[in-house]
Amino acid sequence: MKTTDSSGDVRLSGISKTYGSFTAVHPLDLTVPQGSFFALLGASGCGKTTTLRMIAGLEEPTTGTVRLGDQDVTALPPYKRPVNTVFQSYALFPHLDIFENVAFGLRRRGIKSVKKQVEDMLELVQLGEQARKKPHQLSGGQQQRVAVARALINHPKVLLLDEPLGALDLKLRRQMQLELKRIQTEVGITFVHVTHDQEEAMTMADTVAVMNAGRVEQLGAPTDLYENPQTTFVANFLGTSNLIEAEVDTKSGDDIVLKAGGGKLVLPEARCSAPTTAGGRVLVGVRPEKISLTHADDAGEIPEGRNRVTGRIADASFIGVSTQYVIDSPVCDELAVYVQNVERDGRLVPGAEVVLHWNPAHTFGLDATQDIDAGIEEEAV
Amino acid sequence: MPFVNFLKRNLVVLAGLVTLAYLLLPNIVVTVFSFNQPKGRFNYEWQQFSTDAWKDPCGVADMCGSLSLSLQIAFWATLGATVLGTMIAFALVRYRFRARGTVNSLIFLPMAMPEVVMAASLLTLFLNMGAQLGFWTILIAHIMFCLSFVVTAVKARVMSMDPRLEQAAQDLYAGPVQTFLRVTLPIAAPGIAAGALLAFALSFDDFIITNFNAGSTVTFPMFVWGSAQRGTPVQINVIGTAMFLIAVLLVLTSMVIGNRRNKQKA
Amino acid sequence: MATLTEAPPPLTPTAPEKKPPRKRGRLTPYWLLLPGILWLIVFFALPMIYQASTSVQTGSLEAGYKVTWHFATYWDALSEYWPQFLRSIAYAASATVLCLLLGYPLAYLIAFRAGRWKNLVMILVIAPFFTSFLIRTLAWKTILADGGPVVGALNTLHVLDITGWLGWTAGDRVLATPMAVVCGLTYNFLPFMILPLYTSLERIDGRLHEAAGDLYARPWTTFRKVTFPLSMPGVVSGTLLTFIPAAGDYVNAELLGSTDTRMIGNVIQTQFLRILDYPTAAALSFILMAGILLMVTVYIRRSGTEDLV
Repeated sequence: MKTTDSSGDVRLSGISKTYGSFTAVHPLDLTVPQGSFFALLGASGCGKTTTLRMIAGLEEPTTGTVRLGDQDVTALPPYKRPVNTVFQSYALFPHLDIFENVAFGLRRRGIKSVKKQVEDMLELVQLGEQARKKPHQLSGGQQQRVAVARALINHPKVLLLDEPLGALDLKLRRQMQLELKRIQTEVGITFVHVTHDQEEAMTMADTVAVMNAGRVEQLGAPTDLYENPQTTFVANFLGTSNLIEAEVDTKSGDDIVLKAGGGKLVLPEARCSAPTTAGGRVLVGVRPEKISLTHADDAGEIPEGRNRVTGRIADASFIGVSTQYVIDSPVCDELAVYVQNVERDGRLVPGAEVVLHWNPAHTFGLDATQDIDAGIEEEAV
Repeated sequence: MPFVNFLKRNLVVLAGLVTLAYLLLPNIVVTVFSFNQPKGRFNYEWQQFSTDAWKDPCGVADMCGSLSLSLQIAFWATLGATVLGTMIAFALVRYRFRARGTVNSLIFLPMAMPEVVMAASLLTLFLNMGAQLGFWTILIAHIMFCLSFVVTAVKARVMSMDPRLEQAAQDLYAGPVQTFLRVTLPIAAPGIAAGALLAFALSFDDFIITNFNAGSTVTFPMFVWGSAQRGTPVQINVIGTAMFLIAVLLVLTSMVIGNRRNKQKA
Repeated sequence: MATLTEAPPPLTPTAPEKKPPRKRGRLTPYWLLLPGILWLIVFFALPMIYQASTSVQTGSLEAGYKVTWHFATYWDALSEYWPQFLRSIAYAASATVLCLLLGYPLAYLIAFRAGRWKNLVMILVIAPFFTSFLIRTLAWKTILADGGPVVGALNTLHVLDITGWLGWTAGDRVLATPMAVVCGLTYNFLPFMILPLYTSLERIDGRLHEAAGDLYARPWTTFRKVTFPLSMPGVVSGTLLTFIPAAGDYVNAELLGSTDTRMIGNVIQTQFLRILDYPTAAALSFILMAGILLMVTVYIRRSGTEDLV
């Protein structure tokens, strides 16, 4: 959605929330542009829901302001904010039928003839037939759509979604991800989506903010976050990363040459978020699926200019579409390698000596002072 | 304006506190008047501070006798109602059988019946059978009306219990008896305790049904009732205050112990 | 590009089984039920039948009673004691409404606003139960005493003028008037209103309040459209638990009222224990029971609580 209208921008400046001595959200600046699908991603307790609730007006920020477009809404109670929420596990009113649930917001604003609007909205979420049923008579997926309809019908400037798919099973979740994306494109409203499911965030959102311990670790498009993470937390939390400790050796052109376990690795300088003084330490990262695996006997066939590491297969698990290997290597204990099952090499079994090699352009560099395992424990669903 | 806003925001709290005061006012009066030294036979007007009644709580003829009788009846009625009620509750939750509906209504009806109706009809039965009114008829009546309350309390607890727990116990080599003693009963215990406590309170404090079926036996509530006609000794207030304090202290200590245990676990 | 390790689908909570599973030992439930149910049949159901039969007997205490299907007893009882019946219903209904008005804010306070004081407030609601209710009811004699501070305050505020005009109080007195009796009934049955109200308020998902606020409902509208409708099960059971015992009560009318405030319970008690006119007493008690059961059934149907989740 390209638009110059900024009335649906969400601007958080210096917003924070503390409960007694516990800081749920550290002072945070964030702008969500009008019409975008924005995801706040993080493990439970990282402050993402608190941030969302501060936008909704359900939580009062300790410091900072919330703006919608040019309007400062920090002091407004939720019922005066042009913002609506799809609650975690929906919070549908159990005593009202679907129609009345959807009509609730319109009626509260004194709109008399709601029938047409409600019917259109139920049509949009494909629930026209269910209008007179009570929430508990619907399936989880249907309830979820009612919750979306109930919020959207008010034409909010921003729609907030708090783990909207958390209660659904995997298959339905996939389906609803596409559905929500379709609805968002159709209505063009700014969506702010809170989730702990990295896959969900990446499939749906234009921009993802990864949160950890009350701070935004990194913000960007899903591909940027995945291909070029800037902290160990993001590298580990989004998918899997192999992180190798290395020492800066020399620079050649746009690349940095690093020493790791006796070998040399090349890292494009632009993809390194750490200071790179000679002799300094850097964490070299590479995603498991970027790595190719060649049996040591065929090492000669590997083209020049690729990063190489030798090792021995410790474990291999076949999972259909690919095979996941765990490799013991002098540079790192457990390197993960995912190989597509296109042409399987029968020699690649546990115990086999192998060479791992990848295009240096897929390498990324991280500050070695961080916890190398950050974000692993919290690995998303 | 800030004051008006505060009032608006906390109106429900203020209203709730007014109700709480209404609930507690009589207890305060009872306590204060336990230190009274009334002039006449009735202890309704404040005269003079005195601790006489506290020094001699059993100084009134028959009062402590009636108190001990009430405690005995409450004890046995609680025991009877708890055992019978727990059995019914388990049957209702854990088994399928015919006449479920009838059993459920038989449990529900005593709770939906004005006491005076139950009292009167039970008296009719005793008179027709020519039973001697006294301790035993009171006990029978008390077990009868406490039973339903125990069933309700225990049922609620057993229903919220995951049936898979018992299956898990059986899977882990516990026989039916072992399963019941080691898993079912401990989990149902809070419900049974709540039911028993309720039964004790109901039995101890019952007046209407007892009054009809006691004959010439006098329980503590009946003693109080009689004294409202003849003259209220200050000792009644002493007993009332002591009961209130003991109850509050018991609950508070159990809460403190519970909190401490929770903290130790954490 | 996503992870290849697929999470297992979340455990969907299994729906509570409607019917308990059949177990071995078909007779076990009957053995469990037998003693308790027998007790209820012999000492609850059977007496009702005895009473029904007594109500259509004629005779005297000396000569004994015989079943003569003398239904006129019912007619006589009704025509003689209808004022007491009406009074019982009026007093019990007033007390029930008062209990609801007083009890709701307190139940709401405990459920949503008490925070860390919740347990303490709860104890304070229940604790008075442990002092004999007769002693506590007698305390109202002191509180409402003639010329006491409460009556004095009501007098100064001219409240007694209004209540006197309505016939609730008489002159400068509150004691021995309908107001005293209703006040006592309200007091005695208030916890029976508060506890079910609290239980159903407590069950309401806090997010529903937030959702209502998010959908432009102001606090009062949220209460009207969401909180109150969802607390209906508590309102219904609370009003029943208050109304039924209040309608049959005679303690408050006896201790706080006068001969002009006698309720049907007083009549039944006197007939049974002093006048010893068993047929009339049985008939009165039967009418009371039937009337209450009828009202309760209609009330439950009308309030449509079965329809609520």
